[in-house]
Amino acid sequence: MSPKDQVALESPPAALVTAPASSSARDNMRAILERIAVPALALLASAVIFGLLLAIYAGVDPLEAFALMYQGAFGTWFSWQNTLTRAAPLILTALCTALPARLGLVIIGNEGALVLGGVAAAAAGVAVSAASPLVVQLTMIVAGMLAGGLWIAFAGALRQYRGVNETISSLLLTYIAIALMNHFVEGPLRDPESLNKPSTRAIGDINMIGTIPGMDVHWGLAFGIVACIAVFLFQRFTTWGFAMEVIGGNPKTARMMGLNVGRYVLLACGAGGAAAGLAGTVEVAAVMGRANASLAVGYGYSGILVSFLARHNPLAIIPVAVLLGGISASGGLLQRRLDLPDAAVVVLQGIIFVVILASETLYGRLLPRRQGS
Amino acid sequence: MTAIGVAHFPPHEGAPSLELLGFCKRFGSLMALDDVSVKVKAGAFHALLGENGAGKSTLVKCAMGYYAADQGQILLNGREVEIHRPRQAHELGLGMVYQHFTLVPNMTVLENFVLSRDQLPAVIDWSAERRALKTFFETTPFTVPLDTPVADLAAGQKQKGEILRQLYLKRNLLILDEPTSVLTPDEADEVLSTLKELTDAKQITIITITHKFREVNAFCDTVTVLRRGKLIDTKPTAELDNDMMAEMMVGRRENRTVVERNVREPGKPVLQVEGLCVADNVGQRAVEQLTLDVRAGEIVGIAGVSGNGQRELVETLAGQRHAESGRVLVHGELYRATRPEMIRHKIACLPEEPLRNACVAEMSVAENMALRSFDQPPASPDGIRLRRSPMRAAARKLIDAYRVKTPGPDAPIKGLSGGNVQRAVLARELSSEGDLLIVANPCFGLDFAAVAEIRGRIVQARNRGAAVLLVSEDLDEILQLSDRIVVMFDGKLAFEAMAAQAEIGAIGRAMAGH
Repeated sequence: MSPKDQVALESPPAALVTAPASSSARDNMRAILERIAVPALALLASAVIFGLLLAIYAGVDPLEAFALMYQGAFGTWFSWQNTLTRAAPLILTALCTALPARLGLVIIGNEGALVLGGVAAAAAGVAVSAASPLVVQLTMIVAGMLAGGLWIAFAGALRQYRGVNETISSLLLTYIAIALMNHFVEGPLRDPESLNKPSTRAIGDINMIGTIPGMDVHWGLAFGIVACIAVFLFQRFTTWGFAMEVIGGNPKTARMMGLNVGRYVLLACGAGGAAAGLAGTVEVAAVMGRANASLAVGYGYSGILVSFLARHNPLAIIPVAVLLGGISASGGLLQRRLDLPDAAVVVLQGIIFVVILASETLYGRLLPRRQGS
Repeated sequence: MTAIGVAHFPPHEGAPSLELLGFCKRFGSLMALDDVSVKVKAGAFHALLGENGAGKSTLVKCAMGYYAADQGQILLNGREVEIHRPRQAHELGLGMVYQHFTLVPNMTVLENFVLSRDQLPAVIDWSAERRALKTFFETTPFTVPLDTPVADLAAGQKQKGEILRQLYLKRNLLILDEPTSVLTPDEADEVLSTLKELTDAKQITIITITHKFREVNAFCDTVTVLRRGKLIDTKPTAELDNDMMAEMMVGRRENRTVVERNVREPGKPVLQVEGLCVADNVGQRAVEQLTLDVRAGEIVGIAGVSGNGQRELVETLAGQRHAESGRVLVHGELYRATRPEMIRHKIACLPEEPLRNACVAEMSVAENMALRSFDQPPASPDGIRLRRSPMRAAARKLIDAYRVKTPGPDAPIKGLSGGNVQRAVLARELSSEGDLLIVANPCFGLDFAAVAEIRGRIVQARNRGAAVLLVSEDLDEILQLSDRIVVMFDGKLAFEAMAAQAEIGAIGRAMAGH
């Protein structure tokens, strides 16, 4: 039968118009189930691949390795804190991909926004270090968010006004950002006393953002969780969030409604970049105390993974980031007990990312569709 | 003789004759072809005329084996043949040239030609193929450069390439589906006149689907007219003039409306389009210096064959496309299709294929119904906060008022049938009691009941004083609804008259470029 026949036959006679009701409820159910089942299957498949790799290549019992990983990630209060500390920047950098994704953009320049945010925060912190700690901290946060936000907004502007693919441009901008960071910490902002590892001047212990009371985890975790909830509320309960959903869903309709697509692209990219910039700020202000090349350790790239794994849902980002934080926290234990290289967990992350991307094709196919619905 | 796999070119076996007898084809409830018979003589240049939806394309697609006809016999050179698949048609020497190009743009002409053969050897001897094709081009009336990527050819050359490819594939009965719609008049003349030489030499037979009387008069020897799936007549071109062809094409119709309408004088101009120029997707001018007024309380119908710039005009007015030059005024103020302007002037749009052009398929019915009002009270008290319960309540009212069949306001709109999607869009667009309504093919693909209802709503909007711009390929719709009728041809206005005085033949001629 030719396609046209099918189209013509699909317009139902009046007696059948109630059919879409039950079938659409079934479709909804299926969609919800798939949203859970597909990532779960992808994680399982990744674990199997990683397990095979461990067994064949490293000669390690995969079950023992996974038990150790659990131990290292969530086994004790200490490992939980380690996990949460690693999850904190991932939550923030994931938003850098998730926010523009709402508009249908694929931004992967998270790492660049993070390092520039860190450098800007350090520079600002050093510049006003004489002021009261609260002022210094606020200044750093504003500077870091502004730097990251402008950086990703630039990628958005290139896309909106010059037609440059935002995925490529944001990735390449990351290389520029890292080069800029190296230039600043080795040049204009360098602390002459940092000999082995060129760094900016320290912001001073008194100006550091401390830990959440009762834990060893710094405030970055709270910032991240608050940011995710704020983004969720923004998307769900503001007209701007609604407009973004319309633009991402059908740009042609959005233009017909007179929505200013360019403004929302800049807004989403800017806000996403600001979140990644805040992640860099927290690394400087809560962990390192100064900016140096250690900012670029891949939190940005892992953030892309977190966002995709969470299907760009801001609330899902939190548990996914904790999971990924746990995987990375367990690397040390694997190294000590099983003599595996520290990078083993990075391999697992990479496997997860590839499998998740591949699993995107399963949506709409995983659960069998009943004939005729 | 020559290397394996290289096609050799015996002289054409001569032009065949083709008879299509008693073709019927039904799509659902639509009778696309109703007992249509056409006899095409050997060596004829035969025109198939008709409006959009008259059944011309369906007929030739049945003949080519793309559609299975419900009934109908094909006689080729007087012998009955079975054509169930395009390949069978190809083997019998039938070939089709489409309105849009089918050559692969980034491959050269040589590659395109060789790869389109039905049978190819595993290894292609390109130098032998090139020699063979060169020899072949010596026998053809025109040529195209062999080693140029198709993308670099001008439109006329591409169309020549399409035709040459059919000859290369030894097809001696060509069916052309609006072959000149993408060509300039000069290019069209050149292509058609060389084809005319081939038919005059009895090398090939041509059936061409067209809307343009000029081309029919200049090149075709026989004309078959279809209307709404039925055969009207087949006559030699010499016996017909433009008025007769127009009448055969559009028929004698009721010029008056069945929808109840107030008698009212049009008010002040609401929409003024001044010297508007718009480019299409590939950068060619689609709308050319268009000037048009629509006044309060009148429906201006734009008739025309599709592809004459109507889509680009509507998209520009709806804010989906930028104009190259010219300006649009609404209520005398410059209009740039921003949201504040749309809300202030209460502008509403009903585009064709609403699910694709005016909805977000993944979002719910209630959300789609709120696209115009989500940042206004009551859905948003301050333009920033969004409250979903008033949105849902408003949607429930609209669903009842416009009888949208949906499982509920929260069901995704993509699950609704076409008529119900259009009703939902209509509800959204008309509920604001807009001052200006821009409508394009609003009933395309809808069933009878939905069509009557949607047309009724459009007239209601006009009765309460809205200015309505109606663009439609369906002439009946234009005649039924419009107060004033204009015809768009080649991006320009070709005709304008009050509907009451409009002469149907003149509209038909204007649609065909006369």
